[in-house]
Amino acid sequence: MYQFLFFIRKEFFHLWRDRQTLLILFGMPLAQILIFGFALSNEVKNARIAILDSSKDEMTTAIVSQLEASRYFEVADNIASSDQLEASFRTGNVKLAVVFPSNFQQEFLHNNAAAIQLIGDATDPNTSSTLINYASAVIMDYQQGLRARPEVPMMIHTEMRMLYNPQLKGSYNFVPGVMAMVLMLVCAMMTSISVVREKELGTMEVILVSPIVPIKVVLAKLVPYFLLSVVNVASILILSVWVLDVPIMGSLALLIAECMLFTMTSLMLGLLISSVATSQQVAMLVSLMGLFLPTVLLSGFMFPIENMPVPLQVISNVVPAKWFYIIVKNVMIKGTDFVHVWKPTLILTGMTLFFMAVSIRKFKTRLE
Amino acid sequence: MKAISVQSLTKRFGSFTAVDNITFDVDQGEIFGFLGANGAGKTTAMRMLCGLSFPTSGQASVAGYDLYTGSEDIKKSIGYMSQRFSLYEDLTIKENIRFYGGIYGLTNAQIKDETQALATSLQLEDKMNSLVKSLPLGWKQKLSFSVAMLHSPRIVFLDEPTGGVDPITRRDFWSMIYAAADKGTTVFVTTHYMDEAEYCNRVSIMVDGRIDALGSPTELKDQFQSKDMEGVFLRLARKAQRAEM
Repeated sequence: MYQFLFFIRKEFFHLWRDRQTLLILFGMPLAQILIFGFALSNEVKNARIAILDSSKDEMTTAIVSQLEASRYFEVADNIASSDQLEASFRTGNVKLAVVFPSNFQQEFLHNNAAAIQLIGDATDPNTSSTLINYASAVIMDYQQGLRARPEVPMMIHTEMRMLYNPQLKGSYNFVPGVMAMVLMLVCAMMTSISVVREKELGTMEVILVSPIVPIKVVLAKLVPYFLLSVVNVASILILSVWVLDVPIMGSLALLIAECMLFTMTSLMLGLLISSVATSQQVAMLVSLMGLFLPTVLLSGFMFPIENMPVPLQVISNVVPAKWFYIIVKNVMIKGTDFVHVWKPTLILTGMTLFFMAVSIRKFKTRLE
Repeated sequence: MKAISVQSLTKRFGSFTAVDNITFDVDQGEIFGFLGANGAGKTTAMRMLCGLSFPTSGQASVAGYDLYTGSEDIKKSIGYMSQRFSLYEDLTIKENIRFYGGIYGLTNAQIKDETQALATSLQLEDKMNSLVKSLPLGWKQKLSFSVAMLHSPRIVFLDEPTGGVDPITRRDFWSMIYAAADKGTTVFVTTHYMDEAEYCNRVSIMVDGRIDALGSPTELKDQFQSKDMEGVFLRLARKAQRAEM
């Protein structure tokens, strides 16, 4: 036990002396949360649109002002003729054009039908289809208002309600994702690098000649990074609650316990990498390509797993971050109890034990 | 009792025999030079004696403990200085001493005394709180040796301790080795410098995994009719079949 404490002390000295890395480790979660929170967003706000209104009647004016009243759109350009449409898109200022034909109101009232053309800039397909959906919804809304009189006796009204995230905020989605990313990076990458560094420097050999039991060497390596992760989890949660207004709906204790579990998973993965990697560069590359990329791409945080081809869906099951992401989303955003997340928790626990068993075996065999 | 006793020790990696049936004894308090060209099997043999690698066959005892059954006891009785510099560059001298003292189970009081003694003997009093990376190589090697001797081991293994060090520091280093041997510590040292081989009580010369010569430097020079150890070494090493690894 006594030897063990000396070892942990030494690990803290290493961390403390390497200020740049320390700064990155503490700064990274903050930077990621802020970047994802304020810069990278797939929400549509105040998109600039162009209006080509050849009718200029009561109805078209009402529709345009309703579009403007929604916080999604901002009329940037009023175009007189269709020749100018192209030019307007070319400048890149305008993401959507709304085209009213002449005699819009007349057509509508006399023929009971009229058309509005919505033209989107599909260089960014996701944004343009979102914009078109929003615009159609606003127009439908206007139409519903006109239909207040029961001219058509039967009609289906759709009423939407978005559960758990009524404002459709992106931050509800990425906070769990950033948590998985940061923990994976701090724990797995840093642990593997710190173990491999000792192999590279030759200090590992001297340690192995000493009476200290190898398992203690390994555990001592984990302690500082485990504590660092606790700090990171805390800072991410504090930022999300107070800066991004993402609530913690479920039990905080459960959430923290699950985070600690995932931290252990990542630490064990780090150890596993360190037992195969022979240099710090290899350890870093393996952690980035083998752990970090799957965490970003296959955890369901950036891209929905349901939309992936079947082989990728299958592969995603071995990515620990996928299960962690499911757990955090459930506990934090939906507020579910342990009863509903026991399955992914069990899977993560299993993975952790498996990685632990393999890396301890590997560590022993290295001594031959 | 012999400090180290080796009988027919062999290590194979697949079909390659790195150490081929070597037998020798080292007396307590002796300075034993372990020579051989690169790739002759010195480091592998030394690693087996330190418990870093298991022999394929053969018997050995180190500090009176059997290599197979007493590895924990062996580890407590030996010190080891590896070929590569093995102190932590980003720790201060004091912190390195604390760490290595700690993993060998020294108490805080012992560590404090040792640190003080070491600072005085190496004349590093004013540098104890500076990072190891700021020291010149010669100092680092001397410090490394002192750290390997912290827990007063019965046997100390030195793997090319003076590689790349200037002649003056090498001489200082050998005074330290003599001082340790005078106190009864057995010194097992590998080196490439033939003048250093002359300083040893006895030397063995490994060629292709076997020990081809063993004796005091005077005996070996007589046996191979050479005026210095360099001549002895060259005659033996030229016979080697193995390419350098």
